[in-house]
Amino acid sequence: MVLTNEFITQKLTEKFGEAIINIEEPYGLLTFEVPKEMNLKVMQFLYDDPDLQFRFLTDLCGVHYPDQTGRELGVVYHLHNMPENVRVRMKVFTSIQQPDVFTATKLYESANWQERETYDFYGINFVGHPNLKRILNVDEMDYFPMRKEYPLEDQTRIDKDDEMFGRGGSI
Amino acid sequence: MSELIQQEQQHVKLPEGSIGKQTTTLNLGPTHPATHGVFQNILEVDGERIVSAEQTVGYIHRAFEKIAERRPLYQITPLTDRLNYCSAPINNMGWHLTCEKLLGVKTPKRVDYLRVIIMELSRISDHLICNSIVGVDTGAFTGFLYVMQYRELIYEIYEEICGSRLTTNIGRIGGFERDFTNTAFEKIERFLKEYPVVLKEFETLFQRNRIFMERTMGTGGISAERALNYGFTGPNLRAAGVDYDVRVTAPYSSYEDFEFEIPVGTTGDNYDRWLVRNQEMWQSLRIIEQAYRKVQEFKGEEATVYHADVPEYYLPKKEDVYTKMEALIWHFKIIMGEIDMPKGEVYHAVEGGNGEVGYYLISDGGRAPFRLHFRRPCFIYYQAYSELTKGAMLSDAIITLSSLNLIAGEMDA
Repeated sequence: MVLTNEFITQKLTEKFGEAIINIEEPYGLLTFEVPKEMNLKVMQFLYDDPDLQFRFLTDLCGVHYPDQTGRELGVVYHLHNMPENVRVRMKVFTSIQQPDVFTATKLYESANWQERETYDFYGINFVGHPNLKRILNVDEMDYFPMRKEYPLEDQTRIDKDDEMFGRGGSI
Repeated sequence: MSELIQQEQQHVKLPEGSIGKQTTTLNLGPTHPATHGVFQNILEVDGERIVSAEQTVGYIHRAFEKIAERRPLYQITPLTDRLNYCSAPINNMGWHLTCEKLLGVKTPKRVDYLRVIIMELSRISDHLICNSIVGVDTGAFTGFLYVMQYRELIYEIYEEICGSRLTTNIGRIGGFERDFTNTAFEKIERFLKEYPVVLKEFETLFQRNRIFMERTMGTGGISAERALNYGFTGPNLRAAGVDYDVRVTAPYSSYEDFEFEIPVGTTGDNYDRWLVRNQEMWQSLRIIEQAYRKVQEFKGEEATVYHADVPEYYLPKKEDVYTKMEALIWHFKIIMGEIDMPKGEVYHAVEGGNGEVGYYLISDGGRAPFRLHFRRPCFIYYQAYSELTKGAMLSDAIITLSSLNLIAGEMDA
């Protein structure tokens, strides 16, 4: 049996009904969104179902959409069924006020550091994570730098007086 | 004397789970020569046995993902160099391929084959470093120094093509910045002629060497199941017995045109990892030979093609910029980063030196990516280090560290 995108979509909607939303196929990769409280259920189903068997977590990362009120922060999972060589992309969205998402570490060990990284940069609180602390940034940091409200420094700004970095006070 | 030591030791608070035993906390890194990179391991050792290991990473974190959110596509290529700097060209090509996928650019066959040559050369240089470093850590420095000459030759080939050696910034969206010169082809030919002899010698130095085998066999092993759960890819996963290779499962850059095998191991230990990398170098040589032949077969007009026709992203010829209006406009627009990307999101992966190097790019139709995420294989599989070294000897843990081929730049992005 060939594991096509239609088949996966059909399987998912059979099991979860209306909960699977925003089904798209950008560049051939099946992408769908699930409510954040269902992310573990859907992942477990994708993992266990004998026809699906998505048992490899390729990638996990966060995204910040400041304009989507109530669902600003997203977590994107790339799952892979290696024997059939099919990938899917699963997204969950959460509000920035209460960014709680269930952790995937129970299913995949590889989610551990990737979730820590996502927490580090976006402040997404992975509920149930064994060791949720900053990983790449310093522990003392009190903000989440990849959020869109922290723009990169404007190259033309002149208020910084720093001789060492070529922004001499002479401007 | 020993009573005195015992008295002193009573002040030390014992870690949980240690049954009346004295363990020592040992800092391995961040600037220890044996870590081959800037990352720290806090080891809890009982004598010479490791009780637990806790890794700290992030010492050279440079916020590439954030920086990329303000840069046009072509300016992100130099950032990818600095991920896995032992095989920078693979990262560069992976990034170009991601952009091409987003933009829907189809590259000519000659470009694909030239890219394959470069990617396989850098795979060899990556594996070469890793395998010879494993040698150094087991006490054999000769091999390392010997093969450096051939890494140097590979770097000379890069230099001939793009002008730089380590952080290459090689290629452009759509192809290469210039055609390969005759000197480049001569050097590739020389490499193909000389390197197999050297690799064979290097192999005989280690493969059946009793000291090497006893140091590496049975240490740092992992089962296929655990390796998959930990997100291993690349040689480290293949050493555990899973024949997953992106070049085969999702061929890019015309890899489907080549004949090669995927070596796999069984136990996933340090020795198997070494063997897999070694075999992969032979396979890479095979691929380069085929690609080189295929490139030589192009005749006439086709033999001069080195880039696709993408005026929006590929810089026009300099003489055209000076003489033609259209070329001047494109040049200006590209340099100033004034070209809007199509909307969309794309994930593209290539087989890097350490595994699946993936680029997840979300574009909102602006001039820079809305979000760019690098899937860095090192970062993902380094998590397994504490499991790999639990109960192992300290000296074995060092070999495990180098045979995993951890590259700090890739880990920290």
